[in-house]
Amino acid sequence: MQFSEAWLRSLVNPNLTTEQLGHVLTMAGLEVEAIKPVAAAFTRVVVGEILAAEKHPDADRLQVCQVDVGEGVPLTIVCGAPNARAGLKTACARVGAELPGIQIKQAKVRNVESFGMLCSAKELGMAEAADGIMELPADAPVGAQLRDWLNLNDRLFTLKLTPNRGDCLSLAGIAREVAALTAMPLNAVDSSPVPAALMDVHPVAIDAQAACPRYCGRVIRGVDTRAATPRWMVERLERSGLRAIHPVVDVTNYVLLELGQPMHAFDLARLQGGVLVRMANAGEKLDLLNEQTIELREDALVIADESGALALAGIMGGAASAVGNATCDLFLEAAHFAPDAIAGRARAYALSTDSSHRFERGVDPELPRLAMERATRLILDICGGQCGPVVETGSGVSERGAIPFRPERVRRVLGFDLVDAAMADILSRLGMKVAAAEVGFLATPPSYRFDLAREVDLIEEIARVHGYDAIPAIALCDERAMLPLGEGERPEREIKNLLVARGYQEIITYSFISSELDLAFRDEGGSIPLLNPIASQMGVMRGGLMGGLVQTLRHNLNHGQERVRVFEAGRVFSSADAEGQPLRIAALVYGANRPEQWGEPARGADFFDLRADLEALLYPLSAQFVAAEHLALHPGQCARIELGGQRLGWLGSLHPRLVQKFGFAKAPVLFELDLLPLTSRDAPRYRGMPRFPAVRRDIAVVVDEGVRVGDILACVKASKPAIVADLALFDVYQGQGVDAGKKSLAFKVLLQHTEKTLTDSEIDVAVQDVVNILNNNFNASLRG
Amino acid sequence: MNLDEILKDAEREFGAVTSLPILDQVKARFLGKSGAITEQMKGLGALPAEERKAAGARINLVKGQVEALLQARREAIQAAELERQLAAESLDVTLPGRGEGVGGLHPVTRTLARIEQLFASIGFAVADGPEIETDFYNFTALNIPENHPARAMHDTFYLESGHLLRTHTSPVQVHYMQNHQPPIRIIAPGRVYRVDSDATHSPMFHQVEGLCVDEQVSFANLKGVVQDFLQRFFERDDLRVRFRPSFFPFTEPSAEMDMSWGDGWLEIGGCGMVHPNVLSHVGIDTERFQGFAFGLGVERLAMLRYGVDDLRLFFENDLRFLKQFA
Repeated sequence: MQFSEAWLRSLVNPNLTTEQLGHVLTMAGLEVEAIKPVAAAFTRVVVGEILAAEKHPDADRLQVCQVDVGEGVPLTIVCGAPNARAGLKTACARVGAELPGIQIKQAKVRNVESFGMLCSAKELGMAEAADGIMELPADAPVGAQLRDWLNLNDRLFTLKLTPNRGDCLSLAGIAREVAALTAMPLNAVDSSPVPAALMDVHPVAIDAQAACPRYCGRVIRGVDTRAATPRWMVERLERSGLRAIHPVVDVTNYVLLELGQPMHAFDLARLQGGVLVRMANAGEKLDLLNEQTIELREDALVIADESGALALAGIMGGAASAVGNATCDLFLEAAHFAPDAIAGRARAYALSTDSSHRFERGVDPELPRLAMERATRLILDICGGQCGPVVETGSGVSERGAIPFRPERVRRVLGFDLVDAAMADILSRLGMKVAAAEVGFLATPPSYRFDLAREVDLIEEIARVHGYDAIPAIALCDERAMLPLGEGERPEREIKNLLVARGYQEIITYSFISSELDLAFRDEGGSIPLLNPIASQMGVMRGGLMGGLVQTLRHNLNHGQERVRVFEAGRVFSSADAEGQPLRIAALVYGANRPEQWGEPARGADFFDLRADLEALLYPLSAQFVAAEHLALHPGQCARIELGGQRLGWLGSLHPRLVQKFGFAKAPVLFELDLLPLTSRDAPRYRGMPRFPAVRRDIAVVVDEGVRVGDILACVKASKPAIVADLALFDVYQGQGVDAGKKSLAFKVLLQHTEKTLTDSEIDVAVQDVVNILNNNFNASLRG
Repeated sequence: MNLDEILKDAEREFGAVTSLPILDQVKARFLGKSGAITEQMKGLGALPAEERKAAGARINLVKGQVEALLQARREAIQAAELERQLAAESLDVTLPGRGEGVGGLHPVTRTLARIEQLFASIGFAVADGPEIETDFYNFTALNIPENHPARAMHDTFYLESGHLLRTHTSPVQVHYMQNHQPPIRIIAPGRVYRVDSDATHSPMFHQVEGLCVDEQVSFANLKGVVQDFLQRFFERDDLRVRFRPSFFPFTEPSAEMDMSWGDGWLEIGGCGMVHPNVLSHVGIDTERFQGFAFGLGVERLAMLRYGVDDLRLFFENDLRFLKQFA
């Protein structure tokens, strides 16, 4: 909401500077977003009348003007504005004038002496842009200081009002608040009744009493729509961001700004029969004032006549019954529409109007009659004519109930001491009737405060008016037990730090990606599109984290990186319920296994490098790696990771198809895991240490190259002799000495007995058992 | 050979040796089974009994001197050998180290970690909730009914199913209170979504919700906690915090939190006393319990803390940017 400071001060004028006034408003919850002067600082600019304008002898685009500034002898001024013409009254900066960035001096312009400058609104800091010099009204007094005549020592306040303070969407409302905050008297707006000169009434009926409990109507005949809206009103409208368009519309707009009551003026001659306030019929059409035609929904409240809907109640009038240049007789409406009946309706038709904005938030139900009288007086003053009586229809608005209010509760909620009387005083200043009750007070809020309905609303008022600054800041008092700390719990950050320690950089990508990218990586569920995405490349919720990693890789390769190790943790989405949005963690490696360094041969990071990082992440849990297929991963370099038989995630190289699509020189390797299973483990438990030495024997076997080491290890683990404590692979060899189609595997066999030192024969037997297992299950032969 | 000559020989011969194995060989020539000293000892038996004692004493004296020479030479050789080894093993210690480097956390994660640690120190646990939400949790349960003008303040992403992306972390309050009774002290960090995108708005950003419900938790406590937090977070005891009346349907009284920064004030988040309607919705007795809630913009805090001037950098994931926060 924007308004002129001078207008506000005409209603309440506290002894505060502009900045102080702004601070008072902000700290009372009416946030002042901006305070701007209506014009820049300037001096010696007066109203001048161009008596003559002739083409400059030496310049096509310049004119030499004779300008009367009220001193008998006109000034010669060279002017380049296309609209400079004889008869125009305009702003004239005299020699010696100071304008923003310019000092006006007597000067020769292309050999013609010029004694000043004719100014545009932009040059005077009154507008962002201007087509030419200012065009002042014909009644502007020649020679008058422009600053005074246009009241330019004024400022524009812009308030950012919260939705609960609909009562402050008017000058009167803000003035009322300022008066309460500063304990200053309020100058009332004259809304005394205008006596009826006519008997004419226009019939009104209400079909929707709850939505429209009060409707005031009045006939005004014989208005002159050619009358000019007075300059003071135009100025106030403009300083509130509205343009003057039509004297009657200007008055209703003015009353809306001044009192906060949206009104509507119908052209009486264009109404067919009485006015009916009713709900719209589904499919009913209405041509609105903004030249838009809408098809009404049944939940829309309309003002109708016998011909159909005339206006969208509380939102916008219709074109067919609007006042125009030919209008002579008016039917003026000032009604109360319930917030529930208007809220959301404007938005449903993609509309947002000053009227709907106010009704949605609640307009004082006592205002329609006052606004009607105020508007009538202004219309009669400006356009002439005669009015009929105000006719009020409707079931009326019920009285506001009193709110029980306990000062003790206020002290407890706010956490500081304030005496009862001070609280009662604050509520009274805000227009509430305060009466003593058995416990505390009963406070009856004024009709314009829709936001006050229960005790807590009053607590807020006390805090706000007393001042949030005046409430102390106090630490929480602590008599609490310690927070639980499960030793088996591993916070997400610990997992992230583990990856960081292994050289990974965390990234955070958007949770929405393009549908194409999602489909390329999604491993379960269908795509979840947004109805209103910012852009199509952010059109669906991600089904996995790999897409974001791969996009990040591409971005960084394009920006000169050669080696990328990144990870992200976050939710992925396969359905809208909580289970369908699990947390995952995923990592990607690309480029060299190690940062480029001396003394160690360079090698590209591969599947097994990433697997080691993944296993470190899981430790001490031990996962199974099962050869499997994932649509985004190379089918021969892809493992499904399982933990206790449950799928935990995937590890693999990016599918060559995608490598090519993204234009990578080689394939990145990625993993993606459910995060939750990683966040809890068993707390450690001491199991004792072996008392007898372990013995190591190495064996090398030759198997078909298709045999999987994981299968061998699992098989041995399941059926090994008791004294074999561990079997671990330490070499894989193919080449000279091993037949084609075969591979040699070297294992370390660790043997240990918990009770005694092993004998050579016991060791030999156990190693032979292992060899036999390998032989029987994998057709393995000992390598010579 | 007399004893003096033996001693002289030993001194000369030991002195010529430069390695320990040879020193042992040379040692045998004097102290071995048929060494010069041993031979002298063997000769004692041929002496008359009255001379034997004195002669034995002289031999032992020389023997001790030879042994001392030997030991001195051994130590000298060892010292020289160590010297040689050290010289041979000397490294260029200015060569760079080998191995993996370290990565880093995203600045938002860093900021969140800091927030979580600070609040953990006054007993706030971390809670979590879904990002695809229902209208009920995001709005209705937070006292924002259908058609409430406050809904227009949230530019909401919707899904075809009628679900939405949470516009704030406040729904976590509701989830948590449905499952926990007061006293409650939690913070809920996470991603939130609004239909908005420019240099100062991102369609996805992070918030931290705070919730504290107990019998005597007051607005003064809210001020105390938030002020304490901001001063600790920015490590500035002179940081001033201003509470400005505002409106959120789920708190009352409500406030905007402003922080002194340079010459002016910066909006840092919203807060207030939890609205009784929100507590009633989850079955908490509003006569007995009351509490406060606050919401902080994480990127905003990170930008101020680290001097980042463009919000979009956080989600571009350019390593040249991210590496600066290791």
